[in-house]
Amino acid sequence: MALLAIEDLSVGFAREGRFARVIPGLTYGVEAGETLGIVGESGSGKSVHALALLGLLPQPPGRILGGRAVFDGHDLLAMSEARLRDLRGGRIGMIFQDPMTALNPVLTIGRQIAEPLMRHKAMSMRQALDRAADLLALVGIRDGARRLSQYPHEFSGGMRQRVMIAIAISCEPALLIADEPTTALDVTVQGQILDLMAELRDRLRMTMVWITHDMGVVAGIADTIQVMYAGRIMERGPVDAVFANPRSAYTYGLLQSLPHGSRPPGGRLMQIPGCPPDMFAPPPGDPFAPRNPFATPRCHVEAPPLRPVPDSVPGHMVAAWYDLPRLLA
Amino acid sequence: MREVWRALTRRSGWLGLLGATLLVVLVLLAIFGPWLDLPDPTRTNLRARMVAPTLSWFSLGAHPLGTDQLGRDILSRIIAGSRVTLMVAGAAVLLGGVLGTLLGLISGYFGGWVDRILMRLVDIQLALPLMLLALMVVAALGPSLRNLVGVLALVSWVRYARIVRGQVLAVREREFVQSARAIGASHPRIILRHILPNVLTPALVVATLELARVIVLEAGLSFLGLGIQPPDPSWGRMLADGRTYISSAWWIITFPGLALMLTVLAVNLLGDWLRDFFDPRLAVR
Amino acid sequence: MGRFLLSRLVDGIVAIWGVVTIVFVVSRLLGDPAILLLPVGATEEQLQQLRAGLGLDQPIWEQYLTFLGGVVRGDFGNSFQFMRPALSVVLERMPATMALAESALLVGVVLGAVAGSMAALFRGTIVEGVVMLLALLGQATPVFWLGLLLILLFAVDLGLLPTGGYEGPASLILPALTLGTFTTASIARLLRSGMLDVMKDDHVRTARAKGLLPGTVFLWHVARNSLIPVVTMVGILAGELLGGSVVTETVFSWPGVGRLIVQAMEAKDFPVVQAGVMVIATIFVVINLFVDLLYGLLDPRIRARR
Repeated sequence: MALLAIEDLSVGFAREGRFARVIPGLTYGVEAGETLGIVGESGSGKSVHALALLGLLPQPPGRILGGRAVFDGHDLLAMSEARLRDLRGGRIGMIFQDPMTALNPVLTIGRQIAEPLMRHKAMSMRQALDRAADLLALVGIRDGARRLSQYPHEFSGGMRQRVMIAIAISCEPALLIADEPTTALDVTVQGQILDLMAELRDRLRMTMVWITHDMGVVAGIADTIQVMYAGRIMERGPVDAVFANPRSAYTYGLLQSLPHGSRPPGGRLMQIPGCPPDMFAPPPGDPFAPRNPFATPRCHVEAPPLRPVPDSVPGHMVAAWYDLPRLLA
Repeated sequence: MREVWRALTRRSGWLGLLGATLLVVLVLLAIFGPWLDLPDPTRTNLRARMVAPTLSWFSLGAHPLGTDQLGRDILSRIIAGSRVTLMVAGAAVLLGGVLGTLLGLISGYFGGWVDRILMRLVDIQLALPLMLLALMVVAALGPSLRNLVGVLALVSWVRYARIVRGQVLAVREREFVQSARAIGASHPRIILRHILPNVLTPALVVATLELARVIVLEAGLSFLGLGIQPPDPSWGRMLADGRTYISSAWWIITFPGLALMLTVLAVNLLGDWLRDFFDPRLAVR
Repeated sequence: MGRFLLSRLVDGIVAIWGVVTIVFVVSRLLGDPAILLLPVGATEEQLQQLRAGLGLDQPIWEQYLTFLGGVVRGDFGNSFQFMRPALSVVLERMPATMALAESALLVGVVLGAVAGSMAALFRGTIVEGVVMLLALLGQATPVFWLGLLLILLFAVDLGLLPTGGYEGPASLILPALTLGTFTTASIARLLRSGMLDVMKDDHVRTARAKGLLPGTVFLWHVARNSLIPVVTMVGILAGELLGGSVVTETVFSWPGVGRLIVQAMEAKDFPVVQAGVMVIATIFVVINLFVDLLYGLLDPRIRARR
């Protein structure tokens, strides 16, 4: 059974009197134990929908227009704020992109890790701090007991992200949503954080939704990949199948812009020309059509539904009117 | 200019617009007051002592806002007082502004010991509550219009100097200043032609904020009998005089104070808006 | 921290020394105190005598050193009115001024914090509008007028509170409200805008993502972070408060240092004026020293830089 099932989630944004449906209707599920990698450019709605699920979307300007998001049998969107609060930081953990600003600069690290433990596990401050020291060790920060009394500015970017991870996993969540947790970090540190998260996921048997714009990161950690563009799923399926046999021109473009071993050093990376659509005036058909060299006339007038790919593995789905392998051949 | 207008009429700018309008009305009243058909503000009439306000929905009456303990018309005195107040405050802010901006320019541009001494002076003066400094100087010099302007200018230069200096430090290293220096422009030329234009906006913002402060300070000094001297009418003095009659004639203290509050409010609104418009970073001080 | 404390202490002492110098310059160079002190029509001989008595026949720098030495020893000379050491005359009035300033600050901080928090919490509602309107008016209302209005309303019309004087706690209410209004308004405005800024910060989203209760988020992640500019503001406001106390004390016939200074000026009692100004300036410097220390306690980043 799916741990999280999102049905027809639709989110809008109002700005200066204009209104945009940034997510026109999103449906997908995450199985228990699965790691889902959601890939997309900024503005693809990948972060916004995650915030909307947890009631963290600033409203206004944002607005949830409809849909359901069933987590563990209960609809997150229909739930009272108080019940949602019990889940946040407890059974659902979240990690944000920028560790430099995501921690409170004037509170000790110890207090910030202890807070969710006191809130959800009914621990005293002393118990929570003891646990926090263990958690720091778990995320690879040595000398945890001493570092608990330090402040965020005394930690490097990578260390702060480790602290954020410690906070997110402190209550051993069933679901962990990681919103670009490595984007703001140095490349070498990115790798360490990625390994750490994979290890923690296996040890704590967490289900994970990993949001990123980096195909390479998804390849390293996810079971399933879901490519999003302009608030829609363009393609989705097991990582191996999608990487080996992309069916959406957008996925194909993203893969082409990825450096890999087969290309000679110094060779040019492909770029996708153009820029994402203006969500205040979205194109009528497939949102990627204006940038798509393979677009058919139908792409420009009618948005394609997400359908299973007939000759691929089960679970591989694409939203495209064209048949990419035939066009590439 | 069009940009300023658009920002003023935006939702967040309507308070600024209100302040600007109010201020324009006050200034016009002050300028054209003598041409209005009002009683002489200094003419006493002991038979019409402490007449209650005659203002009603239908007419102004002989004394719309009443008369004071000597039978002088309060409305005329308020308008006459606004002339004196705005003149004194305006002159003081201008004088303090020129002095402070100049010293700030010098301090920021040359740096070194000049900067250290000037900034130390600023710190010292900020360690002395304005009111006390003004009181002391006026008490020593004797109260007169000229001394009053001098004192108020003296207490307000520091804030200009501080803000302008900060701005100069930021501008000094920019390319156009560096290139002016490279082609051998003289110091005064660089300061006046290249740096001054960049510090005028913050100085203007400080000037509005200072104007409100100086108006209140002047009224306070006059209230204590150390500011504007009779027979010149002043709001502070009117309040001080009306204090004795507070239980029998509420209007003597009410209306001059209201005028004072509205003026300060207008200047504050405009100042807040200017500050937000030009430089939100100035917000703290 | 120790070095920081020392350097701030030195700064404070330099500032006080500067104030001493200003006081000296103002009182000696702007006029001949002997002429100011003696009644009109005094003889030349009396003048000379007084000058010699005050040390005014010495070179100016020697007078300055004598004055400085006196200040260090707390000796401002005798009050001309009371024929006693000026400093002790001033210090006798200190408790009244401190009572007034402390209550006004308390009023300002408590009311301002409550009003500012309410405005931030209920942003976009009528609550915010009312609080902000009152704060704007509060900042624009001169203390002496507010004092008169309050007397008019509560003492004259309603007869609830005394018009002035120094008798029991009831007589403190109006002066404290009067003096505290500007502080209240300033703190309310600053706190509101500070809180609205902090509420947009990423770390508040993190706090909410932890599932913390709204009260916890507000107190520990919004209010706690918005305190820092408020503390700076209190240091600045202390100056307004001490300056405003001069006027407020006059309005309410409050027997404090401010009123003493005004009376001493009218009586040309310079030693008392000098002692009074010095005492108030010293208090101001000490308050700001304290504010700087508090600042470090509230913000670990600043503590680290020191």
